Amino acid sequence: MKSGTYIKQVNRPLQFYAVLFLIVLYVPVLFLPLFSFNDSIYVKFPLKGFTFQWYIELLDREPVWAALMNSIKVGVTTSVIATGFGVFAAKAITRYSLPGRGPVVGFIMLPLVVPGIIFGVALLVLLSQLGIRLSLYTVTAGHIIVCLPFAIATMIPRFEGFDKSVEEASADLGENAWWTFWRITFPMVFPGILASLLLTFTVSFDEFIMAFFLSGSDATLPMYIWGQLRFPQAFPSILAMASIILAISFILVFLGQWINRDAHSNTFESK
Amino acid sequence: MTQDNAFISFRNVNKFFGKYQAIDDVSLDISHGEFFSLLGSSGCGKTTLLRMLAGFEAVSSGEIYIDGQPMSGVPPHHRPVNMVFQNYAIFPHLNVRDNIAYGLRKQKLSRAKRNDMVDDMLELIKLPEYGDHKATQLSGGQRQRIALARALILKPKVLLLDEPLGALDKQLREQMQLELRALQKTVGITFVFVTHDQEEALTLSDRIAVMSEGRYLQVDTPTGLYENPVSREVASFIGTMNFFDGTVTSIKDGNAVIKVDGLGEVSAPVGTMPLMAGNTVTVAIRPEKFLLTDDKPDGLQYSVKGQLNNAAYLGERSHYYVSIEGVSQPTAVSTQNRGRTKEIEAQNRPVWLSWDSAAIVVLKDV
Repeated sequence: MKSGTYIKQVNRPLQFYAVLFLIVLYVPVLFLPLFSFNDSIYVKFPLKGFTFQWYIELLDREPVWAALMNSIKVGVTTSVIATGFGVFAAKAITRYSLPGRGPVVGFIMLPLVVPGIIFGVALLVLLSQLGIRLSLYTVTAGHIIVCLPFAIATMIPRFEGFDKSVEEASADLGENAWWTFWRITFPMVFPGILASLLLTFTVSFDEFIMAFFLSGSDATLPMYIWGQLRFPQAFPSILAMASIILAISFILVFLGQWINRDAHSNTFESK
Repeated sequence: MTQDNAFISFRNVNKFFGKYQAIDDVSLDISHGEFFSLLGSSGCGKTTLLRMLAGFEAVSSGEIYIDGQPMSGVPPHHRPVNMVFQNYAIFPHLNVRDNIAYGLRKQKLSRAKRNDMVDDMLELIKLPEYGDHKATQLSGGQRQRIALARALILKPKVLLLDEPLGALDKQLREQMQLELRALQKTVGITFVFVTHDQEEALTLSDRIAVMSEGRYLQVDTPTGLYENPVSREVASFIGTMNFFDGTVTSIKDGNAVIKVDGLGEVSAPVGTMPLMAGNTVTVAIRPEKFLLTDDKPDGLQYSVKGQLNNAAYLGERSHYYVSIEGVSQPTAVSTQNRGRTKEIEAQNRPVWLSWDSAAIVVLKDV
């Protein structure tokens, strides 16, 4: 492996760093699935026998299924709405000359860094002032705010990745803005839309703080998990559920990244 | 300067981008079926003019007429023009057939009729086998032809071409130039062609507008531009030109006698140019209008002795640079290499340059 240019040659310390980085990042998380198969209700070493018991127990719990359905409803609605807004916001940001574009983008991305608890409390105050009852709808509204930056951040590279003369060509060939969007823009950004749907669904599905402040009597799955932490005998089943959520989240996010992998290489200059 | 047969008319068109004036009061007429080129270096406004014609940029003031209709407020998708983009703007998610058929949606044709039209186009652009290929798998020249077919299938009144050959290598470009010219004769529609390549403009065009800084310097046929440039700028932009400083000594019957630095006294036709004795003028002579000889020849009106200091052999012709006493720049001379050409001989030897008054272009100094 000594071949390659100065830049491309294998860098041992960097490799070591990358591996260490991944270990620190993911080993703690991997304790969840590890203990979810452990035949003991206590989370401690040494491990006892191997069991599917906690997973089977999960199936029999009615509230788990209700909470799962709630989370899926909220997640699907959130991802569709956030992605819908995201597409048009990303198009506006990348295609039109917007006075004060920088600050606008900054404000749109703000929910990424503003603590969820602040948004949660703010929305709670607002909703109670307006006299709106807390429900899954209010949770969805909160999740849309949290998810919009993810949707827009996924869509912007997709829009930047293709030349706007393609849209001009469509207009030139007789299509108005509406048809140009559906015949050209939409198919070209479609992988980004899929990726955004998957990512925002995952974010909504895992979100706790907004749901904590804004949900009424119907709990989402993370809320349900939070509620069950008080009962030691339920804990291994929670670990099992967390492991499943973890696995599904990983799969969805990786799928999204894979679909959207060529976002920047979507132009057609000479090959 | 309105023409009755004008098909496209620019009337006092101005275009500002913020404070920057991209187009400066352009009025221009293009006839039906004409191959018209906008020629100039980058930033001269040629592409802006084209994009205003297509409807992608609005005019700041003035009006553009196509076939008698004012175009202000008419969006691109309602204009009777189609464009071939510089980077072709092929739709990457569609195959070749669907690219070409893209603009036909609104015509509500039967599938068979539409397929026939696309087949005809594929035939016209000599890519009949490529209908089902992905557009992105094709070479630059092929994509350029698809962009052409996609525009021509709609039978536009005007085809706009924005440096469509710029991305191709030299040989392919020359081949495409011939094809483009033949195609324009076949389909008989008006072409408006933007290029920075003067040779390309000369090869293709019926008329050329030479542009600089948002206005045109001269609109003329290729021959007119080359043989009778109106200014030093046009003369140096189209081909190579030698310039000499001179002073008018007398004028008689449209002929001026001019005392030229280094060349002596010459007589040249000046037409109706408003000149008086004592005016300073520029005398311009193309490199190929000179005869280069070792001894003073008979038969030509004017001769001057010089020193050959540089020579380049270019195959079908040779370039020489001759220094003449009293002329600051070396004078460029180009000769056709007819018959078997000897090796270019020793340089730095005395030679004679000869020409006659028909070779002289007189440009008034501003």
